Amino acid sequence: MTSQEEFDSRLRVISVIVGLAFLVLLARMWQLQIISGAQYKRQAFENRLRNEKITSPRGIIYDRNGKPLVKNAPYYYVAVQPEMVSLVDVRAVADFLVMDPVELSRMLAAAKNPIDPVKVKGGLTFDQVAFIESRISEYPYLMIDAEQTRYYPNGPVGAHLIGYLGKLNPQQVSRPEHHDVPSGAFVGQWGVEKLFDTQLRGTAGNRIIEVDALGRRLSVYREESPEKGEDIHLSIDLALQQTAEDAFANKVGALVAIRPSTGELLALVSKPSFDPNLFSRGIDYDEWVRLSTGENYPMLNRALQSQYPPGSTFKIATAMAALETKACTPSTTHFCGGALSKGRWRFRCWKRAGHGSVDMHDAIVQSCDVYFYQTGEDTGIDNIAKYARMMGLGAESGLRVVSEKSGLIPDTEWKKRTKGEPWYPGETFNAAIGQGFILTTPAQLAEMAATVANGGRRMHITLLRIDDESALEPEVDLALDPLTIKTLKDALRGVVAENKGTGGYARSKIVDIAGKTGTAQVITQREGDLQKDTPAHLRDHAWFVSFAPVDNPEIAVAVLVEHGGHGGESAAPIARRAIETYMTGLAERAGNAQN
Amino acid sequence: MLRIDRRLLTNLDWTLISLVLAVTLIGIMSIYSATRPLPGATQTTYHIKQAYWLCVGLVVMVGMLSINYKWLQQAAPWLYWGGVVLLIAVMVAGRKGMGAQRWLSIGPVSFQPSELFKLSFIIFLARQLSMESSEMSLGRVVKLFVMYAMLPMAVILKQPDLGTALVVFAMFGALVFTKGVGRRAVALALLIALVSVPFVGSVMWDELKPYQKKRITAFINPEADPEGISYHVQQSKVAVGSGGFIGKGYMKGTQGPFRFLPERHTDFVFSVFAEEWGFLGGLTLAALYILIILRGIDIARKSKDEFGRLTALGVVYMLTMYCFVNMGMTMGIVPVVGIPLPFMSYGGTALVANFMALGLLVNIRARRFELFY
Repeated sequence: MTSQEEFDSRLRVISVIVGLAFLVLLARMWQLQIISGAQYKRQAFENRLRNEKITSPRGIIYDRNGKPLVKNAPYYYVAVQPEMVSLVDVRAVADFLVMDPVELSRMLAAAKNPIDPVKVKGGLTFDQVAFIESRISEYPYLMIDAEQTRYYPNGPVGAHLIGYLGKLNPQQVSRPEHHDVPSGAFVGQWGVEKLFDTQLRGTAGNRIIEVDALGRRLSVYREESPEKGEDIHLSIDLALQQTAEDAFANKVGALVAIRPSTGELLALVSKPSFDPNLFSRGIDYDEWVRLSTGENYPMLNRALQSQYPPGSTFKIATAMAALETKACTPSTTHFCGGALSKGRWRFRCWKRAGHGSVDMHDAIVQSCDVYFYQTGEDTGIDNIAKYARMMGLGAESGLRVVSEKSGLIPDTEWKKRTKGEPWYPGETFNAAIGQGFILTTPAQLAEMAATVANGGRRMHITLLRIDDESALEPEVDLALDPLTIKTLKDALRGVVAENKGTGGYARSKIVDIAGKTGTAQVITQREGDLQKDTPAHLRDHAWFVSFAPVDNPEIAVAVLVEHGGHGGESAAPIARRAIETYMTGLAERAGNAQN
Repeated sequence: MLRIDRRLLTNLDWTLISLVLAVTLIGIMSIYSATRPLPGATQTTYHIKQAYWLCVGLVVMVGMLSINYKWLQQAAPWLYWGGVVLLIAVMVAGRKGMGAQRWLSIGPVSFQPSELFKLSFIIFLARQLSMESSEMSLGRVVKLFVMYAMLPMAVILKQPDLGTALVVFAMFGALVFTKGVGRRAVALALLIALVSVPFVGSVMWDELKPYQKKRITAFINPEADPEGISYHVQQSKVAVGSGGFIGKGYMKGTQGPFRFLPERHTDFVFSVFAEEWGFLGGLTLAALYILIILRGIDIARKSKDEFGRLTALGVVYMLTMYCFVNMGMTMGIVPVVGIPLPFMSYGGTALVANFMALGLLVNIRARRFELFY
């Protein structure tokens, strides 16, 4: 046993240590309460304040006549403060909200801090909201709130153009243009929604609210209002767009309509389409996979991203080049016996029996291949390419709604550069009738039609409504000879109006339509084969380019029907319906304006 | 053995008992304030339960007083091993709460064996040490550690309850040191400790559960804020600091009841108290604790036998450590470990165990004039 004194001294040491320990505690207390007291008092007050970003109402996208293409609809959701639920039965809450309790627990466990409410269930109907609100006193830590969500009342109509929303992905969050976007907010990720997102988004507001411990709002401490997003007025005509989409029915293809005098885009259709509402609250991964890899690829914008051989529609370019370079005249005739022999090759005309002796007008009306083989040879591929390009072929349209294909207009230089070979004469024959290397998108052919309609002045294509037309200048003025224009327009009118014309299905009782059919080969047809005997997926693609009315055209339309067979049969009627709807609408509005 | 003597009554340390009761009542008041409901919600009953446990504690204390603590010395091994068995029972059949398996349920009652164990550990260790020589070698210390401290520490750690395990370890060290260790042994021990800290540290680090790692990380670097651990501490500091000099007034604290302060009636009850009573209140409470502890030291000094001395000191160490760690934790100078504030924090088992400890102290003091009973 130690001696008493030794023990006492040890006890003294222990007392001192205990005293020191408490001294440390008191010193810390002093530091927190006296030295930093004011700062902590402020923080205690601030704990009762919560910062919220207020999303600004997103701008509305209108068509050219002021009809809304999108809506901001209220989206009701219920949120829970995670900390609260530890006091109660998660199962009970899950039952009340009709949710899977495991899912609810997971959501609460994933919360970043115990205080901020976690959205647990959204998309509530009015009935559900009423039900929850009526019993909210039993579950005081639940709160119902609403936010704006994007709603597309027309569903898939115009989806490829309008686009859809989505949350910011990690790469986008750090970009400077997204700095003011509240976390979890939806921004435009595709189409017009994306192209004009900065304007549509507006500026988020800020609200500082005082809350009680349950996170319920007591009062608003300070608020900065959000700035509403700008509205966008597209040049699209909704009625035309809807009719055009209907006219396609189950067919796959595209339609582009342009206003020739201004270059305004009147319609852009790509079928199959998709429902952009699927994206408004964040699309399911499986749903996304279905859409992007589904049958016929609904997410593909065929108007701008698919390129096909233009077929006989390209004869417009060939004819124009021929006339302008004086390689021939409107009255130049050639004999078509069903084929043209060059050396040891035979180049067939689609009509086995041949067209007989035809001039340019007839050749266009009846779409004689032989005539154009000859004309093409006389004009030369480089000239043809030149005029084709001036009309907008071979380059992106510039709409920037999606990444576009630029098509292909070959010439000798191109051949040399890409294939290291000279251009062979036979290739001119193919090119002259729009086959071979030539590739075009529906948008480009619409531009071509619009240029012809506008007398050889190609306007810059735009999807925004133009309010002041006086200052418009053409993008390219082909400076065509008026005779060329007249010849082309007369012939194209004949395609539809004359009995021998290939575009008879586009004949309309209410408006004078001019156009050109085309058929893009998918596989080489055996002689005499009929389209209807060929399996559908091997049938040729059908084209129809058109404008109306022939004098003072208001609209130019290009239609492509995949595997549609002959252009005259499947594509032309779609164009006619579209044009008729548009012209009727114009007349109505003009009539209303007069009253 | 169970004789309630008039002599006993006059020898009771009423001062100490009053001090403890004062702290306990302050505790109940703080619990009431901390758990007061918001308008519309119903009042919880924690403060009532704590009062109920206080009564149980008083009964147990009286029981503790009635026996001769010498009897405890003889019963010590049973208490110790019984405690270990209960700890193992928790590991095997315990009830989980707050992510830790610390409770045992017997019928309608659940209790925390680890809280009771700390007392039986003190008693047992005091007994063993009182049979040792006064200058123990390092080897002897290690042997004692392995025999008596390692197993319970491991079992407690498994719960997981890092705080209590560390307290057991610290109490072992303190009591051993008090008993008397040769200077050479001390120097050697310190050297070994310093050298082995990195190694032991890294081994221990891997053994820690993720939330324990996060607590330590949060302590070292609050800015990193792993999963809101520092959120708790930050809120606690705000509560304490915003109390200022005289506090916000009873029932007027906003941090606690407005739920910004989690665990406000258990581990963080001091924050509630400090917010409402300010520095003056904290000073008063600290004074009460200091007086209790100094009283305990005095009891140790006046005790007639070594067992009594060591037991009393063990209780003193335990109370000091708990106070320091808990209050330090709420003020952000100690990492967050789940240690309650003695007599203040809500918790039935802890309160009863602490009243047993109080009873033990009073017992030792009351019989200081008796050599053999």
